[in-house]
Amino acid sequence: MSLSKPLTGETYNYKVIRQLTVMTVIWGFVGMLVGVWIAAQLAWPVLNFDIPWLTYSRLRPLHTNAVIFAFGGTALMATSFYVVQRTCQTTLFAPWLASFTFWGWQAVIVSAVITLPLGITTSKEYAELEWPIDLLITAVWVAYAIVFFGTIAKRKTPHIYVANWFYGAFIITVAVLHIVNSAALPVTWTKSYSAYAGVQDAMVQWWYGHNAVGFFLTAGFLGMMYYFIPKQAERPIYSYRLSIVHFWALIFTYMWAGPHHLHYTALPDWAQSIGMIFSLILLAPSWGGMINGIMTLSGAWHKLRTDPILKFLIVSLSFYGMSTFEGPMMSIKTVNALSHYTDWTIGHVHSGALGWVGFITMGSVYYLLPRLFGRTEMHSVRAIEVHFWIATIGVVLYIAAMWISGVTQGLMWRATNPDGTLTYAFIESLKATYPYYYIRVIGGVLYLGGMGIMLWNCLMTIRGGKAVDAPVPRFDPAHA
Amino acid sequence: MEALYLLIPLSVVAVFAAAWVFLRMSDSGQFEDMDGPAWSVLHDDDTPAAPDKPDTIQIDATQDQKKPSKDNGHS
Repeated sequence: MSLSKPLTGETYNYKVIRQLTVMTVIWGFVGMLVGVWIAAQLAWPVLNFDIPWLTYSRLRPLHTNAVIFAFGGTALMATSFYVVQRTCQTTLFAPWLASFTFWGWQAVIVSAVITLPLGITTSKEYAELEWPIDLLITAVWVAYAIVFFGTIAKRKTPHIYVANWFYGAFIITVAVLHIVNSAALPVTWTKSYSAYAGVQDAMVQWWYGHNAVGFFLTAGFLGMMYYFIPKQAERPIYSYRLSIVHFWALIFTYMWAGPHHLHYTALPDWAQSIGMIFSLILLAPSWGGMINGIMTLSGAWHKLRTDPILKFLIVSLSFYGMSTFEGPMMSIKTVNALSHYTDWTIGHVHSGALGWVGFITMGSVYYLLPRLFGRTEMHSVRAIEVHFWIATIGVVLYIAAMWISGVTQGLMWRATNPDGTLTYAFIESLKATYPYYYIRVIGGVLYLGGMGIMLWNCLMTIRGGKAVDAPVPRFDPAHA
Repeated sequence: MEALYLLIPLSVVAVFAAAWVFLRMSDSGQFEDMDGPAWSVLHDDDTPAAPDKPDTIQIDATQDQKKPSKDNGHS
């Protein structure tokens, strides 16, 4: 028989988390819908209807911004505000700033939805938004950092839980990356020139680009992983010590993987090699973290049979392990000579994005949402199970299609006749990849369909529940 | 490669900053207990109170058994 723990009379700031969580699901659906649409445009180019706003070139950055920054970013804010409050046993620092973070971030996303189809872009990949929006992002990010670190500073528990370290590193690093890479000279409200030029710009761009993968799409979501997997599995992390080692190893080795995006370009050869070496080193901490997460289930493997939320969380780690193995392999120059500029890269990105980032987010939202709306579980657990299976089939179809398509392209592009001329014209390799573009559309539609089920399930859960802010327990050192 | 004049010093500063944070936290005892924190996260019960038992937080044991008031915690 358990006893009641005394309460402080305060309640956790759940409102902003509710707002962020709901928007995560909505933006996820929107971003994936745009993704499916442009995948269909590659199979059937007529789908741009000859309208400039709807061309692939303009919708592709809209898709990446929507899934990375709208879906992923909003999910990271939602879960970090939840995790930091629960593990520090205190309310958010400066709740009004947290509210500004929510509304400001949504304003950034809406600005992206308007400007990108209009063709207003810096043309820097994953940093396409023009300078006024960049300034807003900076303001929102500073507010986010103040709320997060302020909450850590006023924590009631002496220890800072490992998930907070990952979230904290993600927040600081993304701030630095954004400021350095977005440095630009504005000429009008909608046009600016990068502070860097030529290969310098490329180097800064991919220093930003890959570290954004490392800290936005990895460190932040590892924070999610280290909280929601133990909670859902009701088992402590396999090795807490390894989680600390995982964190510091990642911090000390990450920063220089970027040049692997610039193999065989004007970037100096030695800089390319540094990029390759650091990418290979990263395999160790990545797999350490993956094993730590999966082994958290040791002694509770049977839960995987019946708990679809746990399936999402654990399968996300399998995809994390797969893409953090594939990534270092692709950064090896000789492998990169085959894979670069082909669909293999697209497949690699999506095994990380759909498999790792998507699944860990979906699992975490399924855990979080009922708790924010005073319910013990989602409206339909069966629907979570269905979502899991169609999403998994969708990812596998997508990445397998892109692997085959990519290797086909790579081999056709490099094939030469005995007299040294190219065996295939570019258009022949394009023709060869068409069947895989259709398969990709099918994979994407399945994944999007899963997201539709999730949206429905979330709305039904909210309808049947009511917004509840959990009370903050009084910190009891005996149970620290 | 002028860009590296910016990026390399930035990385060096970042590594020293990380090392400083690590050593400071290590000295302050953050990494002393490598088992307790994994369990204390599980002890924090975040399941919403069922309708029949209002806002109480269930844990294994505590000295203070004061029941919170029923309206506590609802916004």
